[in-house]
Amino acid sequence: MSSNTIKYRNSFLREVEANVEEGEWVRMCMQCGVCSGSCPLGPHWEHPPQELFMMIRAGKREEVLSSSSMWMCTSCYNCIVRCPRELPITHIMHGLAHYAHKLGLAPKNQPTKKFAQLFWDNLSKKGRVNELKLGLSLYFMNGFGEGIKTALKMKDIGLGMYKAKRMNPFEIFGGHGCKDKKGLQAILKKAREIEDAKADQYPKV
Amino acid sequence: MATKEYSFYPGCSSQKGASSINQLRSTQTICEELGIKLNEIPDWNCCSASIGYGGGGELPRLTLSARNIALSEQNHPGQDLVATCAACWLATREANDRFNEDSQLMAETNQALKEGGLNLKGEKKVRHMVEVLVEDIGFEEMKNHVKKPLEGIKIAGYVGCQTNRPFGINGESFENPVYLDKMIEAMGAEPVENYEKKVSCCGGALMFSEPEKSQALVKDILEAAYDGGADMIVTPCPVCQMNTEVYQAQINKKYGTNFNIPSVYYSTLMSVAYGKTAKEAALDGQIIRATKLEEIAGK
Ligand code: SF4
Ligand code: SF4
Repeated sequence: MSSNTIKYRNSFLREVEANVEEGEWVRMCMQCGVCSGSCPLGPHWEHPPQELFMMIRAGKREEVLSSSSMWMCTSCYNCIVRCPRELPITHIMHGLAHYAHKLGLAPKNQPTKKFAQLFWDNLSKKGRVNELKLGLSLYFMNGFGEGIKTALKMKDIGLGMYKAKRMNPFEIFGGHGCKDKKGLQAILKKAREIEDAKADQYPKV
Repeated sequence: MATKEYSFYPGCSSQKGASSINQLRSTQTICEELGIKLNEIPDWNCCSASIGYGGGGELPRLTLSARNIALSEQNHPGQDLVATCAACWLATREANDRFNEDSQLMAETNQALKEGGLNLKGEKKVRHMVEVLVEDIGFEEMKNHVKKPLEGIKIAGYVGCQTNRPFGINGESFENPVYLDKMIEAMGAEPVENYEKKVSCCGGALMFSEPEKSQALVKDILEAAYDGGADMIVTPCPVCQMNTEVYQAQINKKYGTNFNIPSVYYSTLMSVAYGKTAKEAALDGQIIRATKLEEIAGK
């Protein structure tokens, strides 16, 4: 049994409420299923939002946190505007995904998890996203061989974007960024510290 | 005409040589015409979009928006903060709302901002460019500037997700907002009535990580535009624009379809109707060329 499970007296719901963004809303769900029916990638979710909320309350910790479901959220906000209980479902999905990722329980090869991390790394380096580098690291995120294959598959799109001046190959040598990179990084570091300090009040798994 | 000034957040995809630079160019064109002055927030940073959650978590993610809002407060006091990108607007507005509702969050954010010598007061209004057009300029005035009505062009107004939900534009319904159709009409074109996929999701950033699943969504969006007899798609969102335009060849290959329908920004459409050149309208930014608009712009 992990120390978190002990800390929350075996209640995964309490753990979610304390650690997951907007997690305190989970208990408000009345299981009507509107969110699941509104989800654009719904058919691909192993456990749609309504089911995840039920599983959290049933204490299915491993099943929830290791699920790839919440990584399928496209942030379309369809569920939020329809939920009769006004749960911030989108943010709970993001929060669950981030929490699982932080604990190292998210599925290893979840492509959106990898992309989300690449995106964050890319932007936090210089304060702005470098689309070219992000694109390239995305193609190569599954290894070199796969990367070449994807890059070849995508080359016509790249060429079209280049011709329309919507892609600049020279971005590879540096490219856009904030002037006050140092300040930005100091701000992010502090924000991370504050967030981690709050999480440290709870024992690590 | 009096000039209206706004504190402008262009966002990463509007940078030179980035994927929606054509949106920025055409937006500048219509703003000039309508007497809108956009003052770029100095040294703005990425908002982390909707996908930043995975690596960033809550406070670091929200603090990114806080830095932009603080810079806007400092440099452009009294001006509303305006974004053209749906994801930028959503992330910034959501963060702004949360700071103002939650004083502890505001305090923590300011503790982080202090490291960069900044401070957030939270007194800004965060708005979408379309709100500026619809609420501050108005449909009548938008129409008054038309020099070349876009007669005979039928257009599917694709609103998408984040320009619509969760905040909405001008208090319109989430299921069937009509502001984009009204803008199309104001330009002299004909909107597809009851465009079935008007507010459907294009897959957003999952187009990169889950291309097959997202392309299936886009296929339906394109199909519905054809079913409605559309000559082109018009959208306010950079992600929608990109996703509905650039993957058509791949979708055709996979599904045996023959899609080849232009997808343009409302700002490109308006620029053409306002009698601007193809370049000012950023028509050269199209990968699937909008020939009907090119013809009008060339007249
Ligand atoms: S729509 Fe809201 S109340 Fe209904 S199942 Fe989903 S989260 Fe629960
Ligand atoms: S925001 Fe996410 S969870 Fe909600 S309907 Fe859209 S994809 Fe599904």
